[in-house]
Amino acid sequence: MNAANEIAARETGFLQVRGLLKRFGGITAVSGLDMTVRGGDIHGLIGPNGSGKTTTLNIISGLYRADGGSISFDGSELVRRPAHAIAQLGVGRTFQNIRLFAGLSVLENVMIGRHVRTHVGFVSALFPGGATAREERETREYARELLQFVGLERAAGSVARSLPYGDQRRVEIARALASEPRLLLLDEPAAGMNPTETDTLVELLRRIRDRGATLLLIEHDMNLVMTVCERITVLNFGQHIAEGTAAEIARNPDVITAYLGGAIDAA
Amino acid sequence: MTLRRRAGFGALLIALLCLPLVVHSDYVLNVADIAGIYAIAVLGLGILLGFAGQLSLAQAAFFGIGAYASGYLTVHWGWPVLPSMAVATVFSGLIGLGLGWPCLRLSGHYLALATIGFGIITQLVLINWTSVTNGSDGMTGIPPPQIGPLTLSTYGQYYYLVLASLAICTYVAWRIKSTRPGRALQAIRENELAASATGIDPTHYKIVAFVLAGAYAGLAGALLAHSIKFLSPDSYSFDQSVIFLVMLIVGGSGSIGGAILGAVLLTFLPEVLRPLKSSYIMVYGAAVIAMVIFMPRGLAGLFDAVTHRRGGQETRPLATPAHPVEAKSA
Repeated sequence: MNAANEIAARETGFLQVRGLLKRFGGITAVSGLDMTVRGGDIHGLIGPNGSGKTTTLNIISGLYRADGGSISFDGSELVRRPAHAIAQLGVGRTFQNIRLFAGLSVLENVMIGRHVRTHVGFVSALFPGGATAREERETREYARELLQFVGLERAAGSVARSLPYGDQRRVEIARALASEPRLLLLDEPAAGMNPTETDTLVELLRRIRDRGATLLLIEHDMNLVMTVCERITVLNFGQHIAEGTAAEIARNPDVITAYLGGAIDAA
Repeated sequence: MTLRRRAGFGALLIALLCLPLVVHSDYVLNVADIAGIYAIAVLGLGILLGFAGQLSLAQAAFFGIGAYASGYLTVHWGWPVLPSMAVATVFSGLIGLGLGWPCLRLSGHYLALATIGFGIITQLVLINWTSVTNGSDGMTGIPPPQIGPLTLSTYGQYYYLVLASLAICTYVAWRIKSTRPGRALQAIRENELAASATGIDPTHYKIVAFVLAGAYAGLAGALLAHSIKFLSPDSYSFDQSVIFLVMLIVGGSGSIGGAILGAVLLTFLPEVLRPLKSSYIMVYGAAVIAMVIFMPRGLAGLFDAVTHRRGGQETRPLATPAHPVEAKSA
């Protein structure tokens, strides 16, 4: 990306959500949400329980279909695209309730994450030499490097479900990174982590951003959000009530009333 | 593949090649032929259920479609046997596409029910479409295969055709399992939502799995047709689909070796139990229940436990960690 493009991307938004709408039966989970995520940021998405954060993430990644509105990701419209096509465009994600390929090895999980960057199909798989062997080897090496990147290289051969909770989260992150996403969506990555694990996570999130990915994360740990996020969007009842830097959000009277209840010290 | 595994594999292959030279009983060789034929159908089910996690109880229907297709081409159109078998295989695969497409939105029990329905419809067609299948009277006069000047007329000769077909089918299943498409299938089995969020198109992979399962069963059916030379619709019932499923589960559903072993064991078991006459089915049933209870991961799981292999899945080079000594501390 050249400098002019970069500025343009920052101004117009790398990810632009406009008027997003999602209903479940009679309940409106997301009602006309607007959100702008700048390229290269770590962007936080916060709000009380039931404010529509996870629903928003699920719509962006194509697991839910929006009832209205638009999502523009680096120039491509995401609404009405199936989940696998959105992943192919460069959107990776992790899940609030971890969704690993639990019966497969940790290394296989990350190798599967490489799916969109590799090509061997049912026919080329039958010819073991040449391009197929090379791609398999490269996939394995890339997956091993990523496991090293998240600090799990020694668990490569373990069955994914046998890992401790915090490690499973890191496997999920490595799997998402294997597709070299330009946008990584993280749904409560610190949930269930102890303070040490959370510190490691903060450092990991920054290293991921330094690899060139933009991060959008839902998180309840306000300390983590305030520490790591350049910008934050606050949701309440499926609508955007504020967007800005951590300091701006912490001072915003609407946010304090609606969400923080005045209890937080902006520190 | 380690050197030791390779050696074991080679020894097994030589033993299998020598079988008709050592065993001269037509009866045993016939059962061996049937076992190999079933193994092919069970391998196909293994791709669909074991790899991709899609439960089908229509495998006997594809078995029948392949048998009748190859029988019809040779008996009525006078085609040579080997091309008929190839066409029957492709045809069954296409029917698999026809079943897989409308069933894509179904999973678990609903998918199982839909495939049972398809199996029943197929058997009814075989019974009632008399101009093609000769109905309940069955199709007769099916010729044995000819390779050049050689007619495969004995069970011993036919054995080699079955063995070669099984070898090809095993190779294809093994290559798929150990590369990208096999990982995608297993990802769908393990967590379809996460698979699609990873960029895997579940539709594509499930359909290919249905096509492969259909083609494998179709080839098995065609091999059966030219071995027993007589086709009757009873052989392609729901019961037969259940037997294929039991063979796969007993063998170990995710495992290629397990699928083959399960088919061979459960084909020979009734023959061994034959002296028990009508009570054999009780013993057979009890044996199956015992195997499922005591070997929850099938024969393949038992094999892994005995040889102390980790992970419990067949052809798993990944199970060896880069730093074996430190692996525990992760």
